[in-house]
Amino acid sequence: MDRIPILKLGGALIVTIQVDMHDRLALALEEDLTAKIASTGARGVLIDISALEIVDSFIGRMLDNIAAVSRVLDADTVVVGMRPAVAITLVELGLELTGIKTALNIERGMALIRSRLDESKDEARSARARRED
Amino acid sequence: MPVAKTDRLPIRSGEDVVRVRQTVRTRAIEIGLSLVDQTKIVTAASELARNTLDYGGGGEARVEVVHEGARRGVRLTFEDQGPGIPDLAKALADHFTTGGGLGLGLGGAKRLSNEFHIESTVGVGTRVTIARWK
Ligand SMILES: Nc1ncnc2c1ncn2[C@@H]1O[C@H](COP(=O)(O)OP(=O)(O)OP(=O)(O)O)[C@@H](O)[C@H]1O
Ligand SMILES: [Mg+2]
Repeated sequence: MDRIPILKLGGALIVTIQVDMHDRLALALEEDLTAKIASTGARGVLIDISALEIVDSFIGRMLDNIAAVSRVLDADTVVVGMRPAVAITLVELGLELTGIKTALNIERGMALIRSRLDESKDEARSARARRED
Repeated sequence: MPVAKTDRLPIRSGEDVVRVRQTVRTRAIEIGLSLVDQTKIVTAASELARNTLDYGGGGEARVEVVHEGARRGVRLTFEDQGPGIPDLAKALADHFTTGGGLGLGLGGAKRLSNEFHIESTVGVGTRVTIARWK
């Protein structure tokens, strides 16, 4: 069965959705991502949908599920590269994609995840400092 | 209303839903719909084709290029011989689902189309027709 590759970059996982998704592929991606977040301890998941010509409620639900599972595993989900026509259509469809952060492109998405990583490093540092006081 | 072109496509699998989307896209481009309008009608088609598959137990999509005077449009019909929908008003309401979905497909498809018509009889089946005009 086809699977969508998941790349690791720094503390983040990157997925580029390039094909017209169907059910089995979407389910496989959810499973693979969950396993990979758990095994790598990634703190961010970047999903590039710039190749998608539409996002329907099925894809919307997949993105929602991925974000929900990531959250439980303490990782942020950022969806990047949504085409303008897709964004306009989503609003009329009624998809809200709550709990999902979006960014214009991969660079900005990575910056969002990196700022979160830095935040958690700062927290760790100040916690250490407090202990040493 | 004169019909210039008709495709009949089976809906029996997730791959068939992809094929329906592709055919609708091709016809939408042919009649000169804007990119946003193409995206709207293809998204609506995806919702209805998936319902035909998931709830209707499979069926058929008819993709037509239609003319009305100087206007051109794409008209899509999704038909199944499944269990039917007992309460159409409920099914059309946003967030109503019997299948663990988001409950946005029917209402969303209606909002994304210029014309929307649904007929359903319990024990007989469901037929949804939508159109988008240039
Ligand atoms: N062809 C059909 N045959 C029988 N029941 C249907 C059919 N299409 C829709 N329904 C019923 O109407 C409900 C609402 O459909 P709708 O597409 O709006 O939402 P959904 O499919 O449940 O979720 P979503 O489309 O957001 O993933 C379905 O849950 C189902 O009960
Ligand atoms: Mg649906």
